[in-house]
Amino acid sequence: MSAFLTALFTGLRLGSIYALVALGYTMVYGIIKLINFAHGDFIMVGGYSLFFVVPIVQRMGMPGWLAVIVAVVICSVIGMATELIAYRPVRKKGTNMTALITAISVSLVLENLAQAIPAMGPNPRVVNSIFGNEGISIAGASLSYVTIITIVVSAVVMVLLFTFTQKSKTGRAMRAVSEDKQAATLMGINVNRTIITTFGIGAGLAGVAALMYLAQYPSVTNTMGSTLGLYAFIAAVLGGIGSLPGAMLGGFVIGIVYSFSSAYISSSLASAFVFLILIIVLLVKPTGILGKNVGEKV
Amino acid sequence: MTNKKTLTGYIVNFIICVALVVFAVMARSLGMQPKVSTMIWQCCYFIILACSLNLVLGFLGQLSLGHCGFMAIGAYSAALISLAFQRAGFYTEKSGPEFMLVLVICIVAAGILSAIVGLIVGIPALRLKGDYLAIITLGFGMIIVNVINNLPFCGMDGLSLGSASSALYQNGLGFVLHQLTDYLWLPVLLVIICVALMFTFIRSKYGRTIKAIRDNEIAAGASGVNVSYYKVLTFALGAFFSGIAGAIFACCNSSLTTGSFSFTSSSILNSTFIVVMVVVGGMGSLTGSAVSAVGMFLLNYTIKNGKWVQALPNFAQQIFAYPMLVYSIALIIVIVFRPKGIFGTYEFSLVNFVTSIPRWPAILKEKFGKKKTEEVAGNE
Repeated sequence: MSAFLTALFTGLRLGSIYALVALGYTMVYGIIKLINFAHGDFIMVGGYSLFFVVPIVQRMGMPGWLAVIVAVVICSVIGMATELIAYRPVRKKGTNMTALITAISVSLVLENLAQAIPAMGPNPRVVNSIFGNEGISIAGASLSYVTIITIVVSAVVMVLLFTFTQKSKTGRAMRAVSEDKQAATLMGINVNRTIITTFGIGAGLAGVAALMYLAQYPSVTNTMGSTLGLYAFIAAVLGGIGSLPGAMLGGFVIGIVYSFSSAYISSSLASAFVFLILIIVLLVKPTGILGKNVGEKV
Repeated sequence: MTNKKTLTGYIVNFIICVALVVFAVMARSLGMQPKVSTMIWQCCYFIILACSLNLVLGFLGQLSLGHCGFMAIGAYSAALISLAFQRAGFYTEKSGPEFMLVLVICIVAAGILSAIVGLIVGIPALRLKGDYLAIITLGFGMIIVNVINNLPFCGMDGLSLGSASSALYQNGLGFVLHQLTDYLWLPVLLVIICVALMFTFIRSKYGRTIKAIRDNEIAAGASGVNVSYYKVLTFALGAFFSGIAGAIFACCNSSLTTGSFSFTSSSILNSTFIVVMVVVGGMGSLTGSAVSAVGMFLLNYTIKNGKWVQALPNFAQQIFAYPMLVYSIALIIVIVFRPKGIFGTYEFSLVNFVTSIPRWPAILKEKFGKKKTEEVAGNE
């Protein structure tokens, strides 16, 4: 029982992070249909900003997590700058594929830029503790408060985003752009501004995700985003990309599958099982668990 | 007239191919540096890999992010089969007719095994489209690598028999430096054969069919094309050639680790970069794939090891200390200014090139003349 609960809690811990990151992915993908490979690296940017800002905030006598405001702002600015400098010119001229390549290149630029800046460098940096390690113990397995906080934060973020995209004017503009850019332009929506707002929000979420990630795994490296981003993207696809509740569900499924297969089957085969689950789900329901089925038009 | 042109084409291409192979055979006696021949080996497997992905990505129009997984299968099966032959005492030295036979068997088997896995992966995966297909192929690529990691006879640290890294030096396929020069004809010949096969495939009725599928799947299906059959066929064919590239990789490298075939890594051999090579070269142009494979390899290599970097001012040198940074910025610039890739869908034709040499002055004159008249028209 204790082993089962431990595996479950580890799964929740991983899954809550994946869910939070997947929300950002799904946000951007849902609007412009681009696999934003750089999203994982926005988390890295957030991580480094927290690494620098948390000690300052703590020295001022405030709780460390307030640094997230700075991280969110920095991430948003970087996200919007990326859209302006790299994605927009390519979107005007190129195809989906060229946009994908640009995303890969942006991801490489960010990773290697972080490595080239002396204050960051290739070695892992340890971040000050943000929430502490306390937790509750259930039947011999411990569940830390940070995990609970992460789950609550991702749920709150999801609900906020959901209401934002469904109810607000900007949100409705985003959904219109995602359905048909040209028709949206004709309806008087500023497509470019909508897309840049999406990038700002998506990248800002990466700042929040960075905070929760660092609260649980307190070390920053320049490549921390690539694996995290990959799994989070898979979570988003599994849940049905473009669907916000789906992203969260997918994140938890991935986290729990990972921890259970490494606890009960084989730790080195765990990622193969994650992909196996993904493949099975996609074959049974090609749009993901909560994805909408869009009919094919000729 | 057409027949005569085709005949000239055959002759010109044949002469060039023979010349290339003869050059490769004579490389040792021409005094080629081992460093250079290693580079040629690496270029060769990059060319085959990029072209084979172009079949799937450029001509079939399906994004596959797990291409290195098939290469891994090719590399491991070639190495394991050669090891098995050696353990059985079929050959002892890396020369002679027995070894040649083993080499051929290994390379063909590598291709066929990869193709079989490609078939198994392709049948379920190709039911999906676009980004979903990309993710599922990525998943399969990861699973392949992960399974190889966990096979007892492959292992995470490479093909280990006691010590892992030196295993292939003494056993099986791995060539040491001077042998790489001796056997330089092997990759050159393989590149010529593979690219020629792919080219004829594209020009055949199968090639026209898959291009039709790329342009409009629904219309192709409505015209009586068995869409899923052709998709799986092309996918398996791409896997076959990347398996052969894997066999070359196994010959060229002294040790095999699955880390070389991952989705992303710090080197340029990974599934994402093969996609990058194809897109930069031009989707739908084998010439483009080959040129950009060689070009990207050389760019990466010279940024890391080139002498010209040392001649730059101090500030620039510091930037070039991070090759991937320069590399990725160069990539963004290429994509922004030439989104269709360097070659688009243009294919280089040796015959047209050779026969057009006498007409060059006229062509140049015509081009520049045209520009001038356009300018004049614009001014008015």
